[in-house]
Amino acid sequence: MPWLEGVLAVFVKDWRSEFRTRYALNAALLFAVTTLVVVSFAIGAFGIPGDLLAAFLWVVILFASMAGLGQVFIKEVESRTLTALRLSSKPSGVWAGKFLFNLVLLLGLEVIIVPLFFILLNPRVSSWGGFLAVTILGSVGLAGATTLIAAIIAQAKGKGALLAGLSYPILIPLLAAATSGTRHLFRGDGGAGQEIQILAAYAVVVITAASLLFEFIWNE
Amino acid sequence: MASPNQREVTLCAQALTQRFGPNKIFESLTFEVPKGKGLVVTGPNGSGKTTLLRILSGLLRPTKGEVRLNVDGKIISPEERLRHIGFITPELALYEELTALENLEFFARVRRLKRTKADHLTLLERVGLKERGRDLVGAFSSGMKQRLKLAFAIQHQPEVLLLDEPGSSLDEDGRAIVKGIVSDQKAHGALVVATNDERELACGEEKLALA
Repeated sequence: MPWLEGVLAVFVKDWRSEFRTRYALNAALLFAVTTLVVVSFAIGAFGIPGDLLAAFLWVVILFASMAGLGQVFIKEVESRTLTALRLSSKPSGVWAGKFLFNLVLLLGLEVIIVPLFFILLNPRVSSWGGFLAVTILGSVGLAGATTLIAAIIAQAKGKGALLAGLSYPILIPLLAAATSGTRHLFRGDGGAGQEIQILAAYAVVVITAASLLFEFIWNE
Repeated sequence: MASPNQREVTLCAQALTQRFGPNKIFESLTFEVPKGKGLVVTGPNGSGKTTLLRILSGLLRPTKGEVRLNVDGKIISPEERLRHIGFITPELALYEELTALENLEFFARVRRLKRTKADHLTLLERVGLKERGRDLVGAFSSGMKQRLKLAFAIQHQPEVLLLDEPGSSLDEDGRAIVKGIVSDQKAHGALVVATNDERELACGEEKLALA
C-alpha cells in the first residue's frame, strides 16, 4: 500500500534521526526519572495514598510527553526541513507517521517510567490487565492529541508554553479518565471498565479529528 | 501516461499580488512559462523573488490572483501541485542527521517513487556526490549541501523546476551541474530561476524584473 509506505518512511526517518540525536528521548526521560526519584526521596517512609499515587503517575507521564512528544514538528521547523517535507509528502502520511513515532516513543518511556514508579513508590494493583489497558489507551489518546497540537504550534513563537497551554484543556477528559481508572485499580475498589471505555472513545475521537484537520493545518 | 518528455506543461500566473500586512511585495504579476522555456526572475533583496517562487510552488497562497499548472490539458489542484514541482531555496534544508543516500531514499519513499539504491547513486553521481553518499549531511560543506538539494529537487523529474539562487555556494563544477540540470529540465518541462547572478541570467529566455 503506497500510503502505508509513506507513513512507515516518516516513522523510520524519525526514529533514525532520534537514535542519532536523542532529541526527544533525553528530554522526556530526564524529566520523568528526576521527578520520580525526587518525589520518592521527598516522601520517604510516609507513603502516599492510592488516590494521590494515580494522579502522580499521570502527571509524570503527561509532563514527560510534553517534554518529548512536541519535538516531532518543532524539530522540522528549527532544522528548516519542513519545506522539503511539505514539498514531498502527503499530509495524512506525515501525521500518521509522526503519531506512530510519538506513540512508540511514549510507550517506550512508560516501559522505563512505570517499573521505576512501582519500585520507588510500591503501589498495589488489583488488576494488571486493567492497568495495562488504561495505560495503553491513555497513551494512544495522549500521543494523538499532542501530535496534532505540536503541528499547530510548530511555527509559532514561544512553542513550549503554547504546547502546554493548548494541550491541557484538550487533555483534561483523558487525564480525568486515566487518573480515575488508575485510582480504582490502586485502591482495589472495583474495575476501571467505564474509564477504559472513555479512554477508547477519546482515542478514536482524537485520531478521527486529527485525520480531518491535519491537512488544513499542514497547508496553512 | 505520457513519458516526461512527451508531456505538455504550462505554468500560468494570473494577476498575482502579495502583501505582508501593510507592505506590498508585488502587484498584478501575470506571466506564462511553457514547456521548453525558462523564466529568470531578478530584483533587489526584499523585492519578493523567493516569495514569488513559494507562491508558484503552492507553499504559499497569494493575497490575490492565482497560479495554474496545466499538465496534458489537465489543471493540477494547488494541493497536488507540490508533487509536480521541484524547488530549491536557501530556506530549505535536508536532514543533517541522515546520510545523503538516506535522504534520497526517504524522499523517494514519501514521493512514492520506485527507486533502487543504484538509482540514488546515479543521481548522486550527477551532482558530484557519489563518493560521499554514506556521509552524514551534517558533515557536508555548504556547496555539497546545495548539490544534494539539487538532487532532491530533480529526483522525481518534476514538470516545473523552481530554482532560487541555484548557484549559491557552488564552485565552477557545481555551476556546470546547474547548467546541465537547467538544460535537461527544459527538455521535459518548465523552469523558473530567481537570481541576481549574471552567470545565471542565461538560464531563461524570458526575464521578469521585480522592483
